[in-house]
Amino acid sequence: MNQIYADHAATTPVHPEVLHIMTEMLTEHYGNASSIHAVGRRSRQVLDEARSFVAKCTGAHFNEIIFTSGGTEANNLAINGVADAMKHRGMHIITSKIEHHAVLHPCEALVQKGFHVTFLDVDETGSVSAEDVKNALTDETILVSIMYGNNEVGTIQPVEEIAQILTGHQALFHTDAVQAFGAEDINVKKLGVDLLSVSAHKINGPKGVGFLYVKKDTPLSPHILGGEQERKRRAGTENVASIAALAKAVELAAEEREHKRKKLAEIKNALINRLDEHGVKYSVNGSLEHTLPHVLNLSIFGADVEAMLVNLDLAGIAASSGSACTAGSIEPSHVLTAMFGQGSERLRNSIRFSFGLGSTIEQGIKIADEIALIAKRLIPAN
Amino acid sequence: MTKSLKDTRVVVGMSGGVDSSVAALLLKQQGYDVIGVFMKNWDDTDEAGVCTATEDYNDVIRVCNQIGIPYYAVNFEKQYWDKVFTYFLEEYKAGRTPNPDVMCNKEIKFNAFLDHAIKLGADFLATGHYAQVEKRDGEIKMLRGLDENKDQTYFLNQLTQDQLSKVMFPIGNIDKKEVRKIAHEAGLATAAKKDSTGICFIGERNFKEFLSQYLPAQPGDMVTMDGEKVGSHDGLMYYTIGQRHGLGIGGSGEPWFVLGKDVEKNQLFVGQGFEHESLYSTSLTAVDVNWMSAKAPEASFRCTAKFRYRQTDSKVTVNLMEDGQVEVIFDEPSRAITPGQAVVFYNGDECLGGATIDKIYKKQEQLLYVG
Repeated sequence: MNQIYADHAATTPVHPEVLHIMTEMLTEHYGNASSIHAVGRRSRQVLDEARSFVAKCTGAHFNEIIFTSGGTEANNLAINGVADAMKHRGMHIITSKIEHHAVLHPCEALVQKGFHVTFLDVDETGSVSAEDVKNALTDETILVSIMYGNNEVGTIQPVEEIAQILTGHQALFHTDAVQAFGAEDINVKKLGVDLLSVSAHKINGPKGVGFLYVKKDTPLSPHILGGEQERKRRAGTENVASIAALAKAVELAAEEREHKRKKLAEIKNALINRLDEHGVKYSVNGSLEHTLPHVLNLSIFGADVEAMLVNLDLAGIAASSGSACTAGSIEPSHVLTAMFGQGSERLRNSIRFSFGLGSTIEQGIKIADEIALIAKRLIPAN
Repeated sequence: MTKSLKDTRVVVGMSGGVDSSVAALLLKQQGYDVIGVFMKNWDDTDEAGVCTATEDYNDVIRVCNQIGIPYYAVNFEKQYWDKVFTYFLEEYKAGRTPNPDVMCNKEIKFNAFLDHAIKLGADFLATGHYAQVEKRDGEIKMLRGLDENKDQTYFLNQLTQDQLSKVMFPIGNIDKKEVRKIAHEAGLATAAKKDSTGICFIGERNFKEFLSQYLPAQPGDMVTMDGEKVGSHDGLMYYTIGQRHGLGIGGSGEPWFVLGKDVEKNQLFVGQGFEHESLYSTSLTAVDVNWMSAKAPEASFRCTAKFRYRQTDSKVTVNLMEDGQVEVIFDEPSRAITPGQAVVFYNGDECLGGATIDKIYKKQEQLLYVG
């Protein structure tokens, strides 16, 4: 059976060029970047080049990049690091209800430690309002964390606008750009953020590596202690092979961005048009305009997401819904709940398709055909 | 035209236990298109903070990967709460001793879950129950499991022809020892896993403590059948007829047993001696009657019956009543019949169906004290 992978927002295949760099590093440049000898120096050189390149691509300076074990660690470091370093100036944090759990759960844990956290609502397109951020600000606010683009519905948040609102306020601004980075052209200086999280495996890099951009002079307490790596902000022997691979993935994403965005739009359109041809009733969760190019979240009227996803899988199509619950079964997505309320049908009938490396228009059409076939079988005609 | 085995899709309800693991393995070995599905019916966290359903699902994942079949999970917490747990609490409130497993099989496993399996393109739903289905006389019969000690037809008494035509019980014709042996030989991750005991959502926990979280306990008096107060009870729902342990009545003579309850007066009736005459009855009436056969039963017939799980069969006469209930008359007086439990009928190895025990009689006189 031919597999169609339409879950690139969950994770992506490693690009062959990235794999090549990584293999080379693992086999030939295995040195510890902190060692004084030639083998170590070679690794340090690769590490510095990677940092320099990643910084350049994001509009940051060399010392503003902290490599981490991925997006989750970057988010945890940003939130806990700022909260700890800034708590003497206030204990109020603003975030939104549609953040990834890697932001929500650290924030919830801070509530247990006495912080006050405002979880902002979103509108029906899944967008936070910059005005709401402004209204929630107090003299005690030390951190605002609003994601760049939502991982479930793709909606792009008004990050630049929020950054402007925060100008002159003590509050630092963090954005989780894990899902957006690569697909969007992101420049931290232009955006005006203080911290920004990125993960390699969402952009055809390896799992287990990412980075946090931290603007110069931003107060940040480290939470992984040990050696003096990453200028003492994140201890642990540098994962040089993965970091070099990350840099390569960033490079490829930038090179291919415009071409890829165009193609992704075509795939999404092909899928939607085909659904229309089949007469399948659906609506798009989020927005087709202010959205990440690779994410398409559809509410299929009358469908049951559990049965639909399993049937798609059995037909060789990998897609997903909201976050999977711990027992493997599907819990209502917190993002869709924030958008449509707890009683909404959309919580039970929404599926996320996400595209990327290797995706084709034909696949988009095939997916629509399969949805129509399953819908015909499962949804009683009304 | 019948489908070939490889085109016959069977969804196996997998609990993470050894029985359903082996059921899936056997079907796969026979050549079916097998899919493992885990049902999450109850959200629970143990003392160590681990979600027990997550642990069980992790075992399902390991086993399915060993067998080489896809696996999924489905969430029926809401349906389980509405159809099984609510019923369970209502019955306790009314002073009866419900059987949630019978209700779970009727409403969840062989209803909501069966529907789900069919939505996944299944031709059959299989489970790891110790029971057998067989085509006889132009219809499907449910037969006792080969392992008499493990036979679970008691819990499956509410199944209908329609459901029986879509189910498979792959381990119904082998005994438990053999099931464990097969699991060990195949190296299944659940081969040595302990069997679950008790009511699924309570597990190993203290029953009293569990129930008190949902129903307010009203302590009251323990009295003899003559009305003499001999102790105090912690709440009627914690006691079931025939129960000996946990009464806490001292003194001399034979041990004390629960004989019945008066919900209105909040009194628990107790008496001394296993053979106490108030524990015995001669007939019962039962509601929610289900006959597995599509053919109408005779108005009055002889068969055997079980009044609780793992009891040996008793010889009875069954009379159909006009309101759809049944009257069951025992050949010999029977001890500790309990309202709320199932009465299940058999003809030899065949399970005919069952009902829920409602009223209990001794020589045509209703025993009002049983609750």
